[in-house]
Amino acid sequence: MPISNRILRTYLWLLLFLALRAGGNLALAWGTKHLPERLAANPLVYVRSLLDPFVGFGVVLLIVALLARLALLSVADLSFILPMTAIGYVLAALLGKVFLHEAVSAQRWFAVLLIFAGAALVSSTPQSTTAKPEKSK
Amino acid sequence: MTWILLSVMVLATALSDILQSYEMKRAGAQSVGARGLARLLRMIVERRYLLLSILCLAFSFFSFMALVQTAPLSFAVPASAASFILETLLAKVLLHERIGARRAGGTLLVLAGVLLLGK
Repeated sequence: MPISNRILRTYLWLLLFLALRAGGNLALAWGTKHLPERLAANPLVYVRSLLDPFVGFGVVLLIVALLARLALLSVADLSFILPMTAIGYVLAALLGKVFLHEAVSAQRWFAVLLIFAGAALVSSTPQSTTAKPEKSK
Repeated sequence: MTWILLSVMVLATALSDILQSYEMKRAGAQSVGARGLARLLRMIVERRYLLLSILCLAFSFFSFMALVQTAPLSFAVPASAASFILETLLAKVLLHERIGARRAGGTLLVLAGVLLLGK
């Protein structure tokens, strides 16, 4: 696979993964916060909570996000993917503020900025340092 | 309770990520599209480490569900990034990924942000 093709593929999977995870987290947060019971150590409560439409939808989105992430891991290093997905933390803060009406303090926004800066710095480094010749085993 | 849930989540996430990355690197590059997805699904069933990683992910996920029920989304999701340094270290030691100065610096910036978020 040519280098440019590999880069395009990596960012395509990354974009898909970020969108799916942010949407999944939001649906899950909304759903669990509106459940009639507290989630505790009892596994039955978790199973029941999956029947909630919002929780269920969130879970489906997160499962598809996991598949996109598996594909991402096959073309890029974990230590590249982890910082890049930190963009998801910014998305979570935004979605929390807009849709869940959470109070996000100035300090929390500053922290979000730090995370963003770190992610940008890391995105300029090679995506795979352990790449092997392009042949599936 | 918040911190117990967070600890379970962080440990399970780190373990899951390392197992996934190790197994998928052995599998080779995957293609975008319906056939690629179908192949991914079959691979999950066939590969032991992937199954184990998904078990870890389930633990991590249910802790997250309980966490996000009481804590704000703008705290729970960023707090989950506490797994960051642990994973980067494991990626270097176990997966032999090279961590350059820029990458390490960026990672530290992200960590600083995450610590501040948790305060």
